[in-house]
This record gives sequence, C-alpha cells and structure tokens, in this order.
Amino acid sequence: MRMLKEFIKFGKNPVTTEEFFTAGHSFCIGCGEALALRLACKALGSNVIIANATGCIEICTSPLPVTSWRVPWIHTLFENTAATISGVEAGLKILTKKGKMPDRHIKCVAVAGDGGTADIGIQALSGAFERNHDFLYLCFDNEAYMNTGIQRSSATPYGASTTTAPAGKFSIGQVTRKKNMAAIAAAHDIPYVATACPSYHLDLMEKVRKGAEIKGPAYIHILSPCPTGWRYRSDLAITIGQLAVQTGIFPLYEIEYGRYRLNADPPKLKPIEEYLKLQGRYRHLTDKQVQRIQEMVNEDYVKLKEKAAASPL
Amino acid sequence: MSKRIGLEASFATAEAARMADVDVIAAYPITPQTHIPERLAEMVADGELNAAYVPVESEHSAMSACLGAAAVGARTFTATAGQGLELMHEVVYAASSMRYPVVMTVCNRALSAPLSVWGDHSDAMAVRDTAWIQVFCQNSQEAFDLTLWAFRVGEDPKVLFPVMVHLDGFHLSHVTEPVILPEQEEVDRFLPRFHYPFALDPNRPMTHGGFGPPDIYSEAKIAQELAFRQSKEVVLQGWKEFGDIFGRYYRPVESYRIEGAKTLLMTMGSFTETAKIVIDDRRDKGEAIGLISLRLWRPFPFEEFRQAVKDAKIIIIFDRCISSGMGGPVFSEVRSALYNEEARPKVISFIGGLGGRNMSEKDFDYVINRGKEIVEKGSEKMFETVGIRGKVTSIRG
Repeated sequence: MRMLKEFIKFGKNPVTTEEFFTAGHSFCIGCGEALALRLACKALGSNVIIANATGCIEICTSPLPVTSWRVPWIHTLFENTAATISGVEAGLKILTKKGKMPDRHIKCVAVAGDGGTADIGIQALSGAFERNHDFLYLCFDNEAYMNTGIQRSSATPYGASTTTAPAGKFSIGQVTRKKNMAAIAAAHDIPYVATACPSYHLDLMEKVRKGAEIKGPAYIHILSPCPTGWRYRSDLAITIGQLAVQTGIFPLYEIEYGRYRLNADPPKLKPIEEYLKLQGRYRHLTDKQVQRIQEMVNEDYVKLKEKAAASPL
Repeated sequence: MSKRIGLEASFATAEAARMADVDVIAAYPITPQTHIPERLAEMVADGELNAAYVPVESEHSAMSACLGAAAVGARTFTATAGQGLELMHEVVYAASSMRYPVVMTVCNRALSAPLSVWGDHSDAMAVRDTAWIQVFCQNSQEAFDLTLWAFRVGEDPKVLFPVMVHLDGFHLSHVTEPVILPEQEEVDRFLPRFHYPFALDPNRPMTHGGFGPPDIYSEAKIAQELAFRQSKEVVLQGWKEFGDIFGRYYRPVESYRIEGAKTLLMTMGSFTETAKIVIDDRRDKGEAIGLISLRLWRPFPFEEFRQAVKDAKIIIIFDRCISSGMGGPVFSEVRSALYNEEARPKVISFIGGLGGRNMSEKDFDYVINRGKEIVEKGSEKMFETVGIRGKVTSIRG
C-alpha cells in the first residue's frame, strides 16, 4: 500500500529520464549496485556534490580521461570519504556565510562500498556523524571487497564464501555475523537512517530524496546484489534483492529522529533457503547450516520488530 | 601602522592564517600538536576569524577535509607534526597530485619509536617526495611571513600546489620572539582572494580524482613534475612581492657572511641562528667561513644552491634526520646536486639534534673543527655525529 502511495506521489512519471550517472561505465552485467546508483542519482538531481570512496563505483565510473559523471564528483582516497565530504560541506557553508558564493542549497553526498564504510572508513564516518555535518552517506553494500577480488569484509554475511574467508573442509566461509552498519549509524543519534535495495526502486529513491533533504547527517544502507561475487545469473539481480527483503535477511526500514518504520513487513517471511540457493557463495552450505542461518535471520528480525514497536514512526 | 610584539611562533602562524582570512581549518590534536589550531579555534570562537573550524577525529581526516574544502574553492589551512604527518601521509600525496593549494604548518618532530614529541627533521624528510612546496623557518617572524606567502604562492593559478611551512618543534614552535605584524590593508595588497579555477560546482560539473590506468598514469605524473618544478618561478616572484610590500626579502638559499669563504657550514631551520653566532665569532677572528641555509627544500633550488657554493672548497652539512641505510638526507641531496659540477667542494656530513637534542654553539664549533680535520686527514666514514654519546664506526658510503 505504501509503495502505491509513493507511486502516486511521484505522479505519472515517477522516475526522471535525465541521467546524472551515465552510460559508458564498466560495471559487470547484472550489477545491482550500478542500478542502485543510477536510481539514487536520479533522486538526488543535479544540485549535488558527490564524494566517492575508492571501490567498484569509483573504478567503474572514472578511468582518466573519461567520466560517467554529470554532477560534480570527487574521489580522493579509500577510507576518508566521510572526511572529504565534511570538508566539502564545511567549505560550501562558510563560503556562503562569508558571501563568497550565493546560497544554493547544494546537497553533499558521500558514496562508498561496504568495505569503505564498515571497515576502513568507519572512523571517518563516525567522526562526520558526530560533527553533525549536513550530508547524506550512501553505503552500497555488496557484502565483500568485490572490486579487488571478492575478499571478505565485516559486512559479509555468515556462511558466505569469499576469497579470504573461503568455504573449506574446516570452514563454512564467513564465520562472523554481518556488521549492522545501520544500527551503528543510528547509535550516533543522527536524524535519518534507512536501508534500501534497488529491487524496490521507488522506496530507494524516496529514501535518498528524504536523506538529502533532511538537515544534518543521514545514512542509507543499500543492499547491492553482485553477480560476480555472489555468483548468481546476471538476470537475477532484482529477484535476489526482492528475496533478501522477503526472507527478512535484509529488511527495509527507516529511522527518523530515532523512530522506526518497517517499509516492507510481510505477514510471513519466506524461507531463507530460497534466497541462498540462487547464489554460488552459499552453495557449500549443508541443511543444518542453512537452518542455523534461518535462526539468525529470525532472531535479527524479531529484534528489529521489537525496536520498531517500541519507538514507531 | 604595523606593530612589533612578542609572539610565540605558533601564535604568529595562527595570526598569519587569520590575516589571510582563511575559510576552513581542519585539525586534530594528535600528540604532538602545537598551539596553532588552539589559537585558531579561539579566534573563531571569539569572532576574530570568520572561518569553519572542523575538529576532525584524526590527522588523516584533517587533510581529507582540507581536500574537500579546497575542492569547492575554500582557502584551507591545517597544522600538524611528527606522527600526525605520518598518519596523513597518503592524503599528503593526494593533495598535491589533485592540485589543491592547502597550506599546512609542520612543526618538525621526531618519529616513533621510541616515542618522542621533540624536534628533528624526520617528519619533513618523510614527505619530501610528495610534491608539496616545502620551506623552513628560522624564527617567529619567518613563521608569520612564510605562512602568508604560502597562500600567495600555492593558490597562484600557475602553481596550484600545496605548501608546507616547517617550524622546528619546540625550538621554534613554542618560543616567543618579537614579530612585526603588518596592517590588514598591506596583507590584502599582497594576498589576493583565492579563486580556484576548478572548483566543484553543480553549474559546471567536473570530475576530480579519476583513476589513472597504465596508459595515462606516467604522463599525468610527468606533467605534474614539470608543473611542480615550474612553480619555483612563482615562489621567487612571491618573495619579491612580499619584500616590496613588507621590506623583508627571502631567498631559496639564505647565505650569511659567505664572501670569500672557503668553508661553508650548511643548516636548515632554527639551529641556523645558533650557527650564525659561531660564524660571527670565527669571522671576527679572520677565518674564511660562512653559512648557508636552505630555505626552500622543495622544489630543490639547484641553481641558487650551486651559485651559493661556487667558491667554496668545503661544505659541512648538518642534518637533523637519518635516512636509514643512506645517511643525512640533506647531505645526500647536496652531494648529488654537485656531482656533475666541474669544481666540486668536499662535502662533509654530520648528524645530530635528533629527537629534541639541543645544538649549542660549542656543538657547531666541534662540527666545523672536526669537519676541517676530516678534509685534511681523510675519513672512511660517510657521516659523523655531534652531541651523541658513543662513537660511530664503520659507516661507509
């Protein structure tokens, strides 16, 4: 129902035909991240400055001397994107205050992968949240270091096989639970935190728009299915994203000023097996291990629902 | 009217940043930091300076925030030292390669381990390959002057490179000396408003910091190197303009009583003033000795250096850093700069003043005496030490 309402809000053409991240990039066929990025850019529009961490998006869009960007874009390094956008935001603000440039309400947006966010970039991100810069941070989570060859990150889910946490005789692959970045962002008491997935494109765009508009730091964690690293057929990105939401392993929700809203709360979650079985990274799992993952999903989902019930939006 | 007051070198630096009407300051109090960011934060809090002070959570983020601010056209300043400079090392490279004219004061300190917050030149030498314009100050006045000058040069559209102003930790950064502060009107005449020609702007989208595949990286780096070397023209022009307005002229290689000198002592930074006392003493006794001091470390002033030493027979170089497995970095570079010259002076290397160890007049006297003795009797050692317990043996080079 909510999705329908959103659709009506957008009117007849819910998605602009204008492109800000354009063709000519080198993303893999069936990349969920490229799709999510394209939608996010459409939601942001042209009055934006984007700071991008090293990673898939940066590499696939900016090989000198060409670029896929039709909005101002800056890449400096890997772990410092939140700090770079802090400088952009502070610079724009003071230049406006000093009358050196007109107030144009330029949106400051940082873009990074899960490694650049949950691992090496978490310090800079936490600092930028705490300093209360007016910016939106988009984490495109493909659940491993895909650009460099599918190495595990702290966002890799339990049981997934990667090149640095491979499944083997004595290991199921990733032995740790996925770091909950949205919860970490929320713990900074920032005005807006959300999760999104390109399979739910209007929901994603609405959240990006909201995150960019809101005053202060905003964080959106976007699940970005990766055919190369997750080893699924390149026509399955949308299906896999949908299953991630419908099985509850990646619930869609938003937290506005500490209050929760579940954006998709199916009456009954699909079995996790439906999601896992389409992906080569989970191929090695036994029934018992799948059952263990099912239990973990259930636990996390209940926890989330409790939080949402305790502080509803 | 300009005024002459007692100011700690750190405060003089902050005063220069204030008079430059800096827009963004991003700094972190890593051990060791100096009073520079504290003073600037105070100025912002009191409304003496209309700037954004970004209290970042690390030195890495300090320089990263500076890049973001400079990319939208803000005049940007930070200060660090020692370990802080090491932590921001990769961002230091990005600053120059992306051509953001950030100005940074580095109050030179030793590097861990063992942990030391005290002065030497190890941090400055670790960033000598990063394509930052690097200058060394000898006193508080120079700290003020060269900070102001750094904005003028770095932001020049013909340059667009970041500038590092070096103050020796404690021996200069924490010392109060008389400083002549100019009128704001004079500063404004010297320093135009910053106009960054490539500012990120939605009305004119630009991509900053794309990656360089092998078919373009080499060309990009060579182009950068040429531009960096050409920046020396503006470095000199900036000093000329500075002198014409403020009456103090600076040179890439400062010389002191070198007329007819066969022996030259060579230093960098604040110990130069101690060395001058020794030179005065010896000159007055009739010895043909002078002093040269490198003000501009990068880009290396080959021409001016060769000109300054052309009549010398001996150069005794004092380094406050060890390039491990090599020797004194200033010595190595000076020797290399002279290698293809027809008449080469003997180059003698001393290392001392590490991790805050003081260099007294007596120490410089020893350096000169022992240096001359080495030239006379010869030595197999690549360098000798001064003011350090224990003898250096078997260091060949």
